Amino acid sequence: MAEALAHSEHPQTTTGLDHRKMVMWAFLGSDTLFFGSLIATYLLYKGKSLEGPQPYEVFNIPYTSVSAFVLLMSSLTMVLALAAIQKGDQRGLKIWLLATALLGAVFLGGQYFEFTFFIEHNGLTWTKNLFGTTFFVLTGFHGAHVTVGVIILLSFFVMAWRGRLKPEQHLNIELAGLYWHFVDVVWIVIFTVVYLVEAPNIAG
Amino acid sequence: MAAVTSQIPWILRRPTTTTGWVGWLVTVDHKRIGVLYGVTAVVFFLIGGIEALTLRLQLASSESSLVSPDVFSQLFTMHALTMIFLAIMPLSVAFFNIVIPLQIGARDVAFPRLNALSYWVFLFGGILLNAGWFIGAAPGAGWFAYAPLTDTAFDVGSGMDFYVLGLLVLGTSSMAGAFNFIVTIINMRAPGMTLMRMPVFTWMTLVTSFLLVTAMPVITVALIQLGFDRFVGTNFFNPSAGGDPVLWQHLFWVFGHPEVYILILPAMGIVSEILPTFSKKPLFGYPFIVLSGVFIGFMGWAVWSHHMFTVGLGPVANATFAITTMLIAVPTGVKIFNWMGTLWGGSIQLSTSMLFAIGFIVLFIIGGLSGVTHASPPADAQQQDTYYIVAHLHYVLFGGSIFGLFAGIYYWFPKVTGRLMNEGLGKLNFWLLFAGMNLTFAPMHWLGLDGMPRRINTYDSSMGWDFWNLFATMGSWVIALGVLVFIWNFFTSLRKGEKDETGDPWDGRTLEWSISSPPPPHNFTEIPTVHSRDAFWDRKYTEGPDGRPVPIPAGAAASNGGHADDGHGIHLPGLSYFPLATALGMVVAAFGILIHPVVIVVGILVMMFGIYGWAFEPADPEPGSESH
Repeated sequence: MAEALAHSEHPQTTTGLDHRKMVMWAFLGSDTLFFGSLIATYLLYKGKSLEGPQPYEVFNIPYTSVSAFVLLMSSLTMVLALAAIQKGDQRGLKIWLLATALLGAVFLGGQYFEFTFFIEHNGLTWTKNLFGTTFFVLTGFHGAHVTVGVIILLSFFVMAWRGRLKPEQHLNIELAGLYWHFVDVVWIVIFTVVYLVEAPNIAG
Repeated sequence: MAAVTSQIPWILRRPTTTTGWVGWLVTVDHKRIGVLYGVTAVVFFLIGGIEALTLRLQLASSESSLVSPDVFSQLFTMHALTMIFLAIMPLSVAFFNIVIPLQIGARDVAFPRLNALSYWVFLFGGILLNAGWFIGAAPGAGWFAYAPLTDTAFDVGSGMDFYVLGLLVLGTSSMAGAFNFIVTIINMRAPGMTLMRMPVFTWMTLVTSFLLVTAMPVITVALIQLGFDRFVGTNFFNPSAGGDPVLWQHLFWVFGHPEVYILILPAMGIVSEILPTFSKKPLFGYPFIVLSGVFIGFMGWAVWSHHMFTVGLGPVANATFAITTMLIAVPTGVKIFNWMGTLWGGSIQLSTSMLFAIGFIVLFIIGGLSGVTHASPPADAQQQDTYYIVAHLHYVLFGGSIFGLFAGIYYWFPKVTGRLMNEGLGKLNFWLLFAGMNLTFAPMHWLGLDGMPRRINTYDSSMGWDFWNLFATMGSWVIALGVLVFIWNFFTSLRKGEKDETGDPWDGRTLEWSISSPPPPHNFTEIPTVHSRDAFWDRKYTEGPDGRPVPIPAGAAASNGGHADDGHGIHLPGLSYFPLATALGMVVAAFGILIHPVVIVVGILVMMFGIYGWAFEPADPEPGSESH
């Protein structure tokens, strides 16, 4: 009985995988279909706008490449944050959590300036044409995911700052990292599909 | 300890009330959440039924003007949405909640608070979806809401706003619930319960949950696109900006066809539990039934365009989807033959739940056969948008899903309440529903083949459709009478029904029958160890030389965990009001989109409060007893 009680406090799972980790993977699988549907819509409408501006008229590939690089680097700092908490390195944990959140914030700032530039300088709004509609909604939802990630990372940073994030709670950081890397991978797809692959009507 | 207490602000302390209405608001017990789901779903079922009766009254005679064309559109749209999203799906989830942890030998679901959140979001989402009635503008564009017809350019009024926001909120609830059951079933099985020893209802719940977490994001995107088009004027479905009118249809049916299996697989699971119990035989062809269910889960993704045969996708697409559609009939047929194999040679006991299970098979065969007829595009071209489709879908959804769920209610009612439902009234209930359902929906086959379109509010007397329409309307009142008998039976049995003293009134085969009725809050005093597929049956019976079951003498059987220990000291998840707060914030934010941006902000703040409170509330009601 004592053994059963010990188990009930730290329930062993059938697969050995923690419940929270499994649900995070399931959620990411589900979120893949969410972004998949948005990206499919973007591809369906690619080059179908009846009026401008067209993608090649507004995109500044070097600018967005830099912000994509910033987001990719944030995955590195995320991994360093996880390594730090697993080693019990509280100082490293705080530094890398903050660094990841800041890099995410820089990416969001870049997106903010990109959006306002498109709207004010190029006259591209989300009601302007199909490109504006699909572009802003797709990248906007990605930005919303990054925003949620930054909020989560800052919350963990505050917890770490106040000494409330113990090494045995490293799963929290691992899960935040899974989410963060996923959002990163989605950006790689969006960056490729939306920015780098040109619309068919101008490719030929 | 006092010092620790003072560190935790009062707002984060966990509630301890388990009684009264507050107890229901803060509960995280899967059994109580299941009851909440079930009762709410039955209430919505009655609302959807009243809508259907009104529709039938309007159609009882030609050129009738009982309700205006506008109200008629709202009634048939809300009837469909209510029955699908607010009755059948949540009633299935009620059984997931009540039965799954008991069947797999667990003390609760993996995420009890997330489970409470699913329920509250469902309840508020159902209210949001119905809120249009109060301003006279319920959704009225049919449940599949084809854009661009539902875009602002064509759809005057705000009815579709409630459709968009209501279904978005309800989708969140479904996904949260499905995540929970995926993890619960994969990760919380009792020792020895391998995948191929899981009860079929558990299996079908797992498949349904996977369908939910993969299909719901697609409709979410479609709804977001329609919502942006309606609220801010984007161009997703705007033809004058080049928007594709078929995009919505694809997104909707990519969700919509898996949704069909989300509606039927739980009922198939329930029937697969009931048939062996009342035939006193193991389920015939267990692996075939399980793998057919899994195959249906995969194939459900490859048939969506059969809803669009008349759109003009071209012969290649139509031929492909005709073949996949005919193919998906095969696993369903496999299941039906295995169910008949289960009945074959069994000691059949025609209890009410068994009658409903057999009724399910009969009616689902009819609905399945009419379904195969519109797998053929030329035949479908004749049937599309006629009452033939209405007949088909009611045979599979009413004769299938609802009959399966009624079977489940009669089967598991004693487990939840500790009392049996009245069998005499139950059989009356069954025969009224069975007769009423055939009287109502069978004539719709000939009406449809005679060319009567669905969704028309009236028809000319020269069409010759009067007789069978009146016939169907009279049938619908037989259904209503059957449902009234059910309600009567439910409430009288709740108070005066025969007590279930043993916890095993049907001589059941699965683990939920090994514990008392109603189960103690912690379900299992000792987590059982599973050695075979019919885990509880094999504790009670061994096989005699002639292959018939021989009871194992009492006492010689392995302990069923029901000994004197009353379960004190078993750690149960703490109660919480944060799921309720989070759900409330979410629905206030959704309402805010229709009211004022300030309301959206208030809603999001309440939701953030709920989420942070949730994340930081201590694991136990008494601070200090927990180490972290």
